[in-house]
Amino acid sequence: MITAATLSGLTGAILVGLGLYGLIADPRPLRKILAFNILGSGVFLVFGIIARRGAAAGFPADPVPQAMVITGIVVAFAASALAIAILLRLVSETGRASLRPDTPGAAQTPGD
Amino acid sequence: MPGFATTTGGVLLILAILLPVAGLTASLALGGRRAEWIALTLAPVGVLIALAIATNVLASGAPVVYIVGGFAPPLGIALRADGFSAIMLLTTAAIISAACFFARSGFATPKGEPEARAPFTFWTLIQGLFAALNIVFLSGDLFNLFVALELLTFAAVPIVCLDGRPETLVAALRYLLFALFGSVFYLLGVGLIYGAYGTLDILLLAARVKPEPAVYAAAGLMTAGLLAKTALFPLYLWLPPAHANAPAAGSAVLSALVVKAPFFLLVRLWFDVLPKLPSETAMALLAALGSAAILVGSVLALRQQRLKLLIAYSTVAQIGYLFLMFPLALGGGAWSMDAWIGGVMQTLSHAFAKAGMFMAAGLAAQSLGHDRIKDLGGLGRAMPMTVFALGIGGLSLMGLPPSGGFAAKWLLLTASAEAGQWVWVAVILAGGLLAGGYVYRILAPALSGEPAALNSAPARSREAIALALTLVALLLGFAPQSFFSLIEIGRLPVVGP
Repeated sequence: MITAATLSGLTGAILVGLGLYGLIADPRPLRKILAFNILGSGVFLVFGIIARRGAAAGFPADPVPQAMVITGIVVAFAASALAIAILLRLVSETGRASLRPDTPGAAQTPGD
Repeated sequence: MPGFATTTGGVLLILAILLPVAGLTASLALGGRRAEWIALTLAPVGVLIALAIATNVLASGAPVVYIVGGFAPPLGIALRADGFSAIMLLTTAAIISAACFFARSGFATPKGEPEARAPFTFWTLIQGLFAALNIVFLSGDLFNLFVALELLTFAAVPIVCLDGRPETLVAALRYLLFALFGSVFYLLGVGLIYGAYGTLDILLLAARVKPEPAVYAAAGLMTAGLLAKTALFPLYLWLPPAHANAPAAGSAVLSALVVKAPFFLLVRLWFDVLPKLPSETAMALLAALGSAAILVGSVLALRQQRLKLLIAYSTVAQIGYLFLMFPLALGGGAWSMDAWIGGVMQTLSHAFAKAGMFMAAGLAAQSLGHDRIKDLGGLGRAMPMTVFALGIGGLSLMGLPPSGGFAAKWLLLTASAEAGQWVWVAVILAGGLLAGGYVYRILAPALSGEPAALNSAPARSREAIALALTLVALLLGFAPQSFFSLIEIGRLPVVGP
């Protein structure tokens, strides 16, 4: 019997997996930023279930994980905004959105 | 119960955090040239506060604690400074101060203008870094530490791309993506731990943690996340371009301090939160990754054409040494205290040596107009102090006596030998030889030939700051007994096998 909590947990795990795959596998920076947000949503969903576990102990709902999720969302929002700002600046400087350091004089890293 | 009530001197801990935060806020409000003055005034005050904290810890022989708002954990949050925290606070304050004074000429607000973008950003961000680092070293709560790490990332990433060249923007974006991957994994681990034990206070967790699946999963996730942030092999790809492209004062702080914060957190996690976990395999894995970092980082450093990139790859290698301490110091053997001191010593000596070397490299690049290693000929005659700083810093990286780097590597070496873990002995020796190779690659051209033609003479005071930092790394080799007593304070008694 699959309960709502198990279902949400599995959904969270799938989101984390999808987000992680996108973050690693997709070379486009904007996709990477979006993947990070999907990954973050999965983590926040897990926090929601943890708050419910507190509920099982007699609380209506454990407020601490909820407070942590709110902080986490603010942090993820700020991170996305910073990443997008840098990306926009990069596009306006070079006309391309690419993380390949092939600009003349750029630092070369092997294996990239 | 110790650790859950504010001790004497506890208020210093909150002061160490509030001061840079207040400075940051005031800088944002007052703007422009005043931001520079606020940073230059508050950083040395930070050194005094760190000194006071270290004195308090040393005098009481126990961690200094401050309970925020008077609410004891698990309801509230505790700030705790043990010996390692105290020495890291002191190192941070000293290097941030040095970086601030070093950065004055590069980030002066132009005369006649109320405010310029790059200087204003730099002076506010450096205070943000200072605040974030202090929170990392003082916090006693895993979620609080997550927020501190994020603050650190958000302050560090823009420093990489201050001058707005496309390659610095790419480096900054890549740094940010790696850091975000790290933080989200760390956060997931924090969630699992909270779900299992209902608290995030480090001392409370240490008493409650049991070896069970949720803890293993959390430990794995948090460790992986923190490794990405500290740039341990194989997650180091973001570091060299980010550290090599930042302005010299920024590179110094990033390489000396910012990568040490996630490492500090890993130490907290494995030594203070999870000491009861049977972790031999995990620790051996960490040390194996550290060994790979030493070898790969050093070989790549040997192959670099640019001075700043060489120094950045050397950071990748030197971070590797830090991880050799895990299997040795955590085992509970007779050698574990040697390994612990060796690891702390490596953290400190690398911080000072690398900060000084990045500043020296920045000065050389500024005066020569380039930092191609093969064209460094005659630099030794034109800028003797700068080259001397590179040499002294290099001495510590190689681990030659007398230097902090030697003490660190010697302690790790003897601990590995005593523990019978000979593979680390081989790695430490090979790493020392390779470091000798890449330092020789800098010094050999720099010390030969006629005096190089300089575009501009370097400021004596800036050369002196770089040299002074590397000399501190050297002097760590002569650290007094009280230094060793300090870094042993607050180590939880390690549970032996």
